[in-house]
Amino acid sequence: MNSIKSIINGLVIVLSSVVNANASPEIAHWKTNNGVNVYFVEAPEIPIVDIRIVYKAGSAQDGVKHGLASLTASLMDEGAGELDANAFNDKLADTGASFGAGALRDMAWLSLRTLSDEKYSKPAFELLRQVASSPAFNKDAVSRAKAATISRIQREASSPGSVANNAIRKAVFGDHPYAHPTAGEEKTVAAITQADVKDFHRKYYVAENAMLAIVGALTNEQAHKLADKITAELPAGTAAGSIAAVNLLDSKSEQKISFDSIQSHIRLGMPGMKRGDKDYIPLFVGNHVLGGGGLVSLLFDEVREKRGLSYGVNSYFAPSEQLGVFIASLQTDGSQADEALKVLRDTMHTFIQDGPPAGRLEAAKQNLIGGFPLRVDSNSEIIEYISMIGFYGLPLDYLKTFPEKVAKVNAEQIKEAFQRRVNLERAAIVVVGKDVKP
Amino acid sequence: MRVNILTIFAAILVLFAAPTFSDNRTHEYTIKNGLKLVVKTDYRAPVAVVQVWYKVGASYEYDGTTGVSHALEHMMFKGTKNLGPGKFSELVAAKGGEENAFTSADYTAYFQTWAAENVPLSLKIEADRMRNLLLLDEEFKKEIRVVLEERRLRTDDNPQALLWEASRSTAFQTSPYRQPVIGWAADIENMTIDDLANWYRQWYAPNNAVVVVVGDVEPEAVYQSVLEHFGPLKAQKIIPSKPRPETAQKGTKTVTLKSAKTRVPYLMMSYKAPAIVDTVGENAKVEEWEVYALDVLSSTLGGGGSARLPKELVRNKRLATQAGASYSSGSRLPTLFSFSASPTPKHSLDDLEAGIREEIKRLQNEAPTSAELDRIKTQVVADTIYERDSMFYQGLIIGSLESVGIDWRLYEQYVDKIKAVTAEQVQAVAKKYLRDEQLTIAKLLPADSE
Repeated sequence: MNSIKSIINGLVIVLSSVVNANASPEIAHWKTNNGVNVYFVEAPEIPIVDIRIVYKAGSAQDGVKHGLASLTASLMDEGAGELDANAFNDKLADTGASFGAGALRDMAWLSLRTLSDEKYSKPAFELLRQVASSPAFNKDAVSRAKAATISRIQREASSPGSVANNAIRKAVFGDHPYAHPTAGEEKTVAAITQADVKDFHRKYYVAENAMLAIVGALTNEQAHKLADKITAELPAGTAAGSIAAVNLLDSKSEQKISFDSIQSHIRLGMPGMKRGDKDYIPLFVGNHVLGGGGLVSLLFDEVREKRGLSYGVNSYFAPSEQLGVFIASLQTDGSQADEALKVLRDTMHTFIQDGPPAGRLEAAKQNLIGGFPLRVDSNSEIIEYISMIGFYGLPLDYLKTFPEKVAKVNAEQIKEAFQRRVNLERAAIVVVGKDVKP
Repeated sequence: MRVNILTIFAAILVLFAAPTFSDNRTHEYTIKNGLKLVVKTDYRAPVAVVQVWYKVGASYEYDGTTGVSHALEHMMFKGTKNLGPGKFSELVAAKGGEENAFTSADYTAYFQTWAAENVPLSLKIEADRMRNLLLLDEEFKKEIRVVLEERRLRTDDNPQALLWEASRSTAFQTSPYRQPVIGWAADIENMTIDDLANWYRQWYAPNNAVVVVVGDVEPEAVYQSVLEHFGPLKAQKIIPSKPRPETAQKGTKTVTLKSAKTRVPYLMMSYKAPAIVDTVGENAKVEEWEVYALDVLSSTLGGGGSARLPKELVRNKRLATQAGASYSSGSRLPTLFSFSASPTPKHSLDDLEAGIREEIKRLQNEAPTSAELDRIKTQVVADTIYERDSMFYQGLIIGSLESVGIDWRLYEQYVDKIKAVTAEQVQAVAKKYLRDEQLTIAKLLPADSE
């Protein structure tokens, strides 16, 4: 029921969102000479520049060679052009810049942060240009990177949390390319060859499959020149096709994995939502009430505050090109795993059936709207956002309109969206721990 | 802690690789009851972070009640005379705030980040919980279970964290740095609400705290608000914890941990090393340049992709899949200079240890090159500018220094002090501190290994 109070709250929210709109950055957008989309935010306050090249080259493009996208990204700082890995890293360090590369499910990226002073930035950008157009991928580096990845996979296999995370993805996505870990599996990584890496790079690290994000102390004109320079030698190539659609689960499942740990790690998951999903706002705001609100959420209250069952408990959607995962998770002493799972299920069941409690929804909306400026108060956060906006083709006013959209969503819309999209009868559960019998 | 101990620890580890220079944005005040306030302006966005730092942490604790600082930190969210259990967090969340708290060996800190207009509210509710905490037994009984779960998650089910814990408690024999921040499991299990109440009374007072505010604020207005909210609080006599200096180490110690879950061995080598606090004041035991030379030494060996360990052990010799060095000069007590590494499958931990020792010997025998030093100094200068992208981090530097008794202004000279370090000084500290009788080796091995 809409009381007068909640209507007044609604007004306050709308007012504050108008004020906060000033906080969202102005995004300039254009294409480079060879057609790469560029997203730029001028930030003159600190004499630094952040730049990121994003490719549609995440682990969803691995095919059967699980781990290939991630391995390719991890090899990007292992030399370029005439420079071997040692020489490249020395030159990079001479500039004071920091370089990064990595892969998620949908995307892979190269990133660079440098001082804007040309003495440092010029050689740093030059190194980025070389890496982007002619990474070395020499045989020795490939075999080292494989060994390091396998070592990491083996290390993570000793963590019950990692085992649970991998198992829930497998249960939710089955044969879909979102199912496997981005790092791959021991066997698949061991089978990757130097030629695989080179082929992957040749196919996906191309202009038609790339976008550029820049934030920092540059003028618009300088950013144009920089973008053209960085991308000049990228071959045109072709854009990667759409990732296959994700099928919803047909039924519920519960898997128990025996593991030598004191705690049991519990995950409840299902396919969630896409970037740009029509239900994005009700699902996002609803989840903020359910388990996304940090120290204030229904799950935090029921599992931790009222019962002391878990240190970390939360739920989240990972919106992706196709339906990304929804996961609720906690970890508790093995002896209390059944109790904790019941509390998790009951809390979700009540939330889906009844929708968000009125006071809770208003509080969550106030948190999201009032907290909006915090999401974009640093260059590193802004470049995250504009990379996401550019990569998924979201509208340029995405950030600006976000608080208004949050203000408008109501309990009924959230309840309706959750009932349609988050069905506990079609959810997978994974429990990893000692006290469970397989 | 409500946030990751290791994350914060890591932040502290990198602290001295990322300093700032003087830009007159920082203002300091001390009010009558002894509370110190440091305000740093940052006008990029209409937001601010308020951090309240208490000079108490795990290294103040005694056997039997280890972990009490951290447990108390959890209970700081469980209600005061004016705000019931959980209401603090609800209030912050409803105004769009992000909040949390963390405990280390040296301090306990609380923070809120939100619209700058909420700074007075932060100060009001932080002043309230500095003196008016309820500490209800029924809340404690639930929360201590959460703390136990936290320990299981972070440490007991995590072989590398267990090794880290074992390594520190082996390296330090009498120094309280041997105690884990979260506390030993039995101490957590046997903790009582009275332990917390005593600890709270002993340490939570305005004259044992530092308030740090960074963001879109006017320093004078923040000062007035601090006067209003903290001014009425009474100072109390702070009785320092008993000094428990580390006894002199006379030879290499080794600790081995075997885990059925572990498939990848892991090696840590930790040498006793001084901290900045050892170089200041009348009782300074160490020349000031030494700690800065140790910082440069740490970067020479482990500071990023161009450092010697990644270059030699990972790329050239393929002994390790990863190898690094760390040194945190910002601690309250003498500290450790540590190496950590994972071997490649063809090599044993002994091979890896020999490889690290070879790099140490090389630095002891010949000073680093000028190209190496220039690189490190360039990175330090760049880092001082990069760090301005994070208000929280700027506050963290000020608060963590003040908490261990170092004037934050010292940090403004950091770049100059690093720039002054010579190659010979780096060589000298490598000789002086990286010695066998000061070493603790910790090995993590699969259960079935010999």
